[in-house]
Amino acid sequence: MAKPKIATASLAGCFGCHMSLLDIDDRILKLVELVDFDKSPVDDIKKFTGRCAVGLIEGGCCNEENVHNLQYFRENCDILISVGECAIMGGIPAMRNNIPLKECLDEAYLNGPTVYNPSGKIPGDKELPLILDRVYPCHEVVKMDYHLPGCPPPADLLWQALVALLENKPMDLPYEVIKYD
Amino acid sequence: MAENLETAVKQICRKNGNDRTRMMDIVREVQDRFGQVSSQAMNTIARAVNSHRVEVESVVSFYSFLSEEPKGKFVIRLCNDIIDKMQGVEKVAEAFREELGIDFGESTSDGKFTLEWTPCIGMCDQAPAALVNNKVVTRLSSDSAREIVKSLKQNGDEDHLMHMLGDGNNADPLVNSMVNNNIRERGPVVFADLEPGTAIHKALSMSAVEVIKDVKTARLRGRGGAGFPTGMKWEFTRAASGSDKVVICNADEGEPGTFKDRTILTEKPDLLFEGMTIAGYAIGARTGVLYLRGEYAYLRPFLERILAQRRNKNLLGMSILGKAGFDFDIRIQMGAGAYVCGEETALISSCEGLRGDPKNRPPFPAQKGYLTLPTSVNNVETFCCVARILDKGAGWFAEMGSAGSTGTKLLSISGDCTRPGVYELEFGITVSEMLEKAGAENAYAVQVGGPSGQLIGEADFHRKICYDDVATGGAVMIFNRDRNPLEIAHEFMEFFCEESCGYCTPCRVGNELLKQRLEAIIAGKGTPEDLDYLEQLGKTVAVASRCGLGQTSSNPVRTSLKNFRGEYEKLVRENSDGMQRTFDIHKALAAGEDLQGRKSVIYAD
Repeated sequence: MAKPKIATASLAGCFGCHMSLLDIDDRILKLVELVDFDKSPVDDIKKFTGRCAVGLIEGGCCNEENVHNLQYFRENCDILISVGECAIMGGIPAMRNNIPLKECLDEAYLNGPTVYNPSGKIPGDKELPLILDRVYPCHEVVKMDYHLPGCPPPADLLWQALVALLENKPMDLPYEVIKYD
Repeated sequence: MAENLETAVKQICRKNGNDRTRMMDIVREVQDRFGQVSSQAMNTIARAVNSHRVEVESVVSFYSFLSEEPKGKFVIRLCNDIIDKMQGVEKVAEAFREELGIDFGESTSDGKFTLEWTPCIGMCDQAPAALVNNKVVTRLSSDSAREIVKSLKQNGDEDHLMHMLGDGNNADPLVNSMVNNNIRERGPVVFADLEPGTAIHKALSMSAVEVIKDVKTARLRGRGGAGFPTGMKWEFTRAASGSDKVVICNADEGEPGTFKDRTILTEKPDLLFEGMTIAGYAIGARTGVLYLRGEYAYLRPFLERILAQRRNKNLLGMSILGKAGFDFDIRIQMGAGAYVCGEETALISSCEGLRGDPKNRPPFPAQKGYLTLPTSVNNVETFCCVARILDKGAGWFAEMGSAGSTGTKLLSISGDCTRPGVYELEFGITVSEMLEKAGAENAYAVQVGGPSGQLIGEADFHRKICYDDVATGGAVMIFNRDRNPLEIAHEFMEFFCEESCGYCTPCRVGNELLKQRLEAIIAGKGTPEDLDYLEQLGKTVAVASRCGLGQTSSNPVRTSLKNFRGEYEKLVRENSDGMQRTFDIHKALAAGEDLQGRKSVIYAD
């Protein structure tokens, strides 16, 4: 039987959660025995090659491309997991949610003390994804099946969760991997 | 002008003894006189009472009847609770908007009028209703709204609005109100006659401990809704250390749909004060406070006269009825429009001149209450029961009602029925008997106990009104088949979101989330999982909130879900593709498209 496939994405995140995934050290060899990686920055596959068992999502949605990507994952994955604070609650990018969008963009592209922008325009090139009115956590855009908290979630937590899910066993979550203070 | 303000404010502070614990009286008076509590006034008050500016400001910003910004000479506060909406308040609102040329939350440019929405003002039996400054206007229509504005413009005062006076003491010159009592059924406890002084006289012939024992034998439980045994509360307060103790009467009936205390305060104030005085004797208190909700300010001059009459008869004051050493007096503390102040610890905060923030318990008020003195806070109706128990005997009282709920209960009934009003009924009456009395033949849903109570359907109409079955503080709102239980729950969630003091997260955030999810379901965007979500979050809010407001605020959602699950299930559907129907990409992109100057290519349609 073919190995189950997993896919990963970093939306409005910092790739810290992906780094944490790499932090499973030599267990990555065991992981490769357990699964194949499909669409993921890890192997740079851009399009799904087939249906995936699990999709790991880092980061929330701050622009249209994030939304599009997340919907693409939902269509192609049986189980979607929000990994880390940004996917679950928006995280650091969501700090802009209390400030009107115009003020944010004006400060970034027009009025900021270090801005050099002779055009006096907010960038609108079609290569740049359009920004959303606020940053949305993943579960507000598509149905998410699980949430793994942390900033980032510790490698052990990711490992435990993945293995338990793939082997259909209950998760063993010692206090150390889910405490964050 | 500026000097005038400073002098006047200083004088108001001096009148209140430059006492920071009387902050409510000070800021209310400044508000009444100047239509605002300006920044400058707050500085002056802080200096005069030796407090901090931030403390004054925390009070002014908390209560809805106080404001830093100037209000018009006439503040029209139109009640927007669910019953008023059912009775067509929107047409009345439209007439006010047109007549004044402003929207709600605004003032006219000449500074004459301010228009505001307000939650329940205790007039659901004569809705739609509004407050014009301290005066209540009832049974409004678009025509009468226009006339009100015209009369205010012509006569320059709100007294001229009262051309038709209400029944009973509403017509007393000191009340001068068009409010009607609508007392539909008079029982033997609250609405029977009592010669002032008789109950006190009987109490004084007994020892204080015997009085408490009588109240316990009568098995009297608190009428505010929680049903705590009154005798036990008094025993704790009496036993608490400290020689000075306090009796507080909670007349802050802000629970939408509740207006029973209004009729007691209007028609039976002597009975109430008699009960408070007996409480003072029983627990050994010298100080009594009647905390009167801001909306009932129109009753204050009348109540002050009753208190003065009682002082003249030596029913208040020093050595009451010749009993050496029994000194007791009552002062009226006005509220200023904050529902949470009906919660006893928040009420105590308010009496102390603070924001109406609830306090941590323990210590309970019985140990450490008003100004850290042992305090008993009881409901208006509870005190009336006490007076009657002392007059007629504990056995007489305990014979009425059911085993766990003795005596009678005032119910204020409103909504889809032909006879809205106040009913004094024996505990143990069934919901359907009550509905019949009120003339509600087509009742589909009944909200018992106000928003913090429960929404019940036909399957529960055989149940009994009492503490052990369907408990209530007195509010009963009736809804017929044209009303949607989800909309009802949503109305109440809006109310709680507005009235949450914001101190604790489960209440401040949880109620907002409940409301949003409910809105999604009503809009047809909900999934079956959302019902579990509402249940779980509702439970979290109830368990984790700090005070009674938050502990009951999720009840509209929880009880409507329990008793009208079919209505919810009709609206939700499976989310087969996993895309959230509540997420609207075009709405989320609109601002970005505008600012970045191009349309989306990915989401072109």
